[in-house]
Amino acid sequence: MTVGGWRPGRVLEALPATPSARILRLEVPGWPGSTAGQHVDIRLTAEDGYQAVRSYSLGSYGPGDTIELAVDEIPEGEVSPYLVEDVLPGDELEVKGPLGGYFVWRPGGEGPVQLIAGGSGIVPLMAMVRAATDAGAAASVRLLYSVRTASDAIYRDELGQLAGDGGVGLTWRYTRAAPDGWTDPVGRLDEDALRAATWEPSQEPIVYVCGPTGFVEHVADALVGLGHEPARIRTERFGGA
Amino acid sequence: MRAENAASVVDGNAAAGMLWDVFGTDVTALVGVCGGCGDAAPLAEAVVEIDETAAIVRCRSCTHTLFTVLRDGDEMRLVLGMLHEIVRP
Repeated sequence: MTVGGWRPGRVLEALPATPSARILRLEVPGWPGSTAGQHVDIRLTAEDGYQAVRSYSLGSYGPGDTIELAVDEIPEGEVSPYLVEDVLPGDELEVKGPLGGYFVWRPGGEGPVQLIAGGSGIVPLMAMVRAATDAGAAASVRLLYSVRTASDAIYRDELGQLAGDGGVGLTWRYTRAAPDGWTDPVGRLDEDALRAATWEPSQEPIVYVCGPTGFVEHVADALVGLGHEPARIRTERFGGA
Repeated sequence: MRAENAASVVDGNAAAGMLWDVFGTDVTALVGVCGGCGDAAPLAEAVVEIDETAAIVRCRSCTHTLFTVLRDGDEMRLVLGMLHEIVRP
């Protein structure tokens, strides 16, 4: 795996994902490919030379010159409003990566895999869902996805398709409002919800948790409380609440 | 992965890019042992405050600064703090 310096990238597509998020597909000539769960640093340069760098997880994995990000807008942010509202196909930015060798999943010889996402923390876990599906390992993967409401779920349609027969096990948790007819509790993930929607500790799953810092801390503590070995829980936090 | 405050609080995963610029490889999966409290954890799990020019990497257990990464143009500098030991598990 070679990272090197900054590579030029070009926006191929910018697709609406939720009311506050867009999926961006970028063409990055010479991209070395990535492992599911990795991220990139994105550098933007303004006309006056001012530069800003941010990290974004990849929803894509594997070889090829096209990578996919999903960016959720932080209203007071410096970079994400541009990427969510303004950037157009053909626009250029710089990409460094793939980065990160810890929060990654590779197929082969695996036991059960538990994925737990809060909000836009779904993005690196989506790469793992895709990788496991392509590797024929979907039946060993369960995903618990916590979102405020159904319309806040990035990748909602694709996850619904991948979670069909023999696919990844998918459980939604709504923290603000559930769709009509929803009978499970609504609100913050608690131990009961975690116990019901995740592999049991005795099955020794490897667990990946990604989301805002507060979400990750809360979920990781609860998992340890349920009996999961801390060394089998891998976490990735982004800023915010 | 990163809130957009002047310096945002994330974790060691987000420092992978700056650390790559120091070491030329990924080091976030290595285990760092804190000299303050003795806690051992992957660098990816450390508390990180990061902006364009610096990453402050702190022990999640006792909050002592393990090390700081500084960028000055093309030059990268890693200033050791409480980091006592690095282990490849």
